[in-house]
Amino acid sequence: METLWFVLIAVLWLGYLFLEGFDFGVGMLLPVLGRSNAERRVMINTIGPVWDGNEVWLIVAIGATFAAFPGWYAALLSAAYLPLTLFLVALIGRGVAFDYRGKVDNPRWRKAWDVTIVAGSWVATLCVGLLISTTVLGLPIDANGDRVGSVFAAFRLDTIIGALAFAGYALVHGAVFTALKTEGEIRERARRVALMAAPVALLPLVALLAIVAGLWAGLVVVVLVAAMWRLAADRDGQSFALMGLAIAASVVILFGSLYPYVLPSTLNDAWSLTIANTASSPYTLQVMTWVAAFGTPAVLVYQGWTYWVFRKRIGVHHIPAAH
Amino acid sequence: MEVLELARWQFGITTVYHFLMVPLTIGLSLLVAGMQTAWVRTGDERYYKMTKFWGKLLLINFAMGVVTGIVQEFQFGMAWSAYSRFVGDVFGAPLAMEGIVAFFVESTFLGLWIFGWDKLPKKVHLACAWAFSLATMASAYFILAANSWMQHPVGIVMDEGRPRLTSIWAVLTNNTVLAAFPHTIAGAFAVAAAFLVGIAAWHLHRKSEEERVWRGSLKLGTWVGVVAFAALSISGDLQGKLMFEQQPMKMAAAEALCHTEQPASFSVFAVGDVRRPDCENVKSITVPALLSFLAHNDFDTEVKGIEELVPLYQERYGEFYPVDERLGELSGQPIDYVPSLPVTYWGFRFMIGFGAVSAGLGVFMLWLTRKNRTPTGWWFPALGLAGIATPFLANSFGWIFTEMGRQPFVVVPNPSGVDGVWMFTAQAVSNSTAGEVLTSLIALTAVYSVLAVVEFYLIRKYVRGGIPGVLPQKSDDGALAFAY
Repeated sequence: METLWFVLIAVLWLGYLFLEGFDFGVGMLLPVLGRSNAERRVMINTIGPVWDGNEVWLIVAIGATFAAFPGWYAALLSAAYLPLTLFLVALIGRGVAFDYRGKVDNPRWRKAWDVTIVAGSWVATLCVGLLISTTVLGLPIDANGDRVGSVFAAFRLDTIIGALAFAGYALVHGAVFTALKTEGEIRERARRVALMAAPVALLPLVALLAIVAGLWAGLVVVVLVAAMWRLAADRDGQSFALMGLAIAASVVILFGSLYPYVLPSTLNDAWSLTIANTASSPYTLQVMTWVAAFGTPAVLVYQGWTYWVFRKRIGVHHIPAAH
Repeated sequence: MEVLELARWQFGITTVYHFLMVPLTIGLSLLVAGMQTAWVRTGDERYYKMTKFWGKLLLINFAMGVVTGIVQEFQFGMAWSAYSRFVGDVFGAPLAMEGIVAFFVESTFLGLWIFGWDKLPKKVHLACAWAFSLATMASAYFILAANSWMQHPVGIVMDEGRPRLTSIWAVLTNNTVLAAFPHTIAGAFAVAAAFLVGIAAWHLHRKSEEERVWRGSLKLGTWVGVVAFAALSISGDLQGKLMFEQQPMKMAAAEALCHTEQPASFSVFAVGDVRRPDCENVKSITVPALLSFLAHNDFDTEVKGIEELVPLYQERYGEFYPVDERLGELSGQPIDYVPSLPVTYWGFRFMIGFGAVSAGLGVFMLWLTRKNRTPTGWWFPALGLAGIATPFLANSFGWIFTEMGRQPFVVVPNPSGVDGVWMFTAQAVSNSTAGEVLTSLIALTAVYSVLAVVEFYLIRKYVRGGIPGVLPQKSDDGALAFAY
């Protein structure tokens, strides 16, 4: 049962990284791909109906961790206090920015929210990467699960590579998504940027996987190369699917190598948190399993339906003049 | 300041702030879904315009409710990790359910509703409005079940020093949540009602376009407000009786009742400092035997006072905090079982007072606008707009009362439940540094302050814009009906 919940939480993180990964990427690339206000609006509207639903994957990943492994939730969130503070501020700013940006017809107003979207997307994705690599690579925690030492303990070379790994992935993923969902000049630009940025932007992800699992990283390299190859061949959809496969493989490698740990202690292996010493009681896990068994398929169905409703590509000519 | 105080301030500020947006979202989204239903069923354009106008204000507010809600879920782990470890087996489940059952529905169908006006068939689009409105209610239920468990732990056994869940059903049907849920939802409708009344009164006064829209909104708001107040009184009375059984100290603190009384009188207003031990000297206007009635439905029940409760609490839950360096200054110190009396006493009165003023204004507005009249004086919109604040204040004071009234506990012992299940707030806090908590406290408060100004500005802008400001403009072929 604990293993099942470990897998489910990995799946929730996968859903989050795959889905919000591209809306983070769209936000990060807003001024790069969107040269005019109309183009930036095209980009924001590709994610407009769905970004909030994407973010709920995070809420549920964290909530499920609280319910299934309270010891993991308590240790990780309190130990990574400062990066999480930054993360929350970024998510808040970015969240209201999408909605408020168009509500006043004034260039300075729009500019302020554009800056918020870009900064918020960069900071948030870096923080997610830091959080995930921290839980995989471990923290200096004591027998009680409390962090020992500096408040900056989560900032290390390997976790910073982890932060860059997810930012780099989101950047390319967002560009591929923009190519898939737009038409005209902006689409061409997105494809070019993705192909140009990929060799550098995807490097930290490969490095993180190599640190964690050695040669297994090669698997992801192959998928990423294939994704860029399909993009170069003008097959946006296939490229996007392969980017999804790449993050799925990455999550499998990261969480697979972590198992059965959930947060290793870098001080003493006996203090490491594992699924066994952090899990809730079998009854609680059983209740949660029923909820997940009915809830998750429904979520997949209606979120999938949303993507189908908004499946059409958007171009500058679709954007209503003023609003 | 110590970590404990900082973390408590942070929780208080972020939660009260979050709960300014939440009731407006819950109440307004259901009313908007109702307006849209009326439009789909009758085809009357008036209802379409109402849906568009109030829906726009709803969305501005919704965004803030969503982003400030994220903070809440992280905060338990970040600042209250000892609490999270202690209660995780029970408390995490309703939170995770809230995410899976409510938040996914809410966010997905809200997106469909905002962008789906021209993409979905009318009835499917309407169903989306109902889906996200009902999800906001479901979300309230789960989080209130979690909070009610802290006020009255049920469905558990003690296992290796921690409560272990034995019945999720008992947690979800805790009598505390069964009373708190209708009370909170009625409070949400009271907020939405006052919002409708205030803004519609202003537009009527200005003789804005679409008088029928404003007339209809005002009427809807006043009636919803009156019904909400009735529901608030009934559910609040139920809560009072539960509090008498479950949290006698909170009951005494609500009254700043120093000594046991039989029959107990209800204090309407006090002059002087209600703080202990001065509370004995406070002059107070009282209604004889009313407190007995509120506690137990008869005019003769004994209500225990603070001075009599303290020894009972000491006997049952200990006189001193354990010696533990994590408790800081409180380690080994005597436990103060009395909540902050000025906060509980006045919080309770302000909750009832502002609630009553809000309901009174609603009835008065209904009378003023009878037979399609509109008073011409400036005081008419002023009264309406000022009235918007009253249910917000009542909600905030109610929560401040109920959360401060359970101190020094974070998990209040259940007098008839499993022994040993309680936790002092001082034991709940994380092993963080004061610097960390101060950083997040400052950062969040600063961001929240800026956003409060932004939200107020946007709501004002769209209120002033009236109906023309929210209707989609005629656009070129192929353009989207709505785009960010």
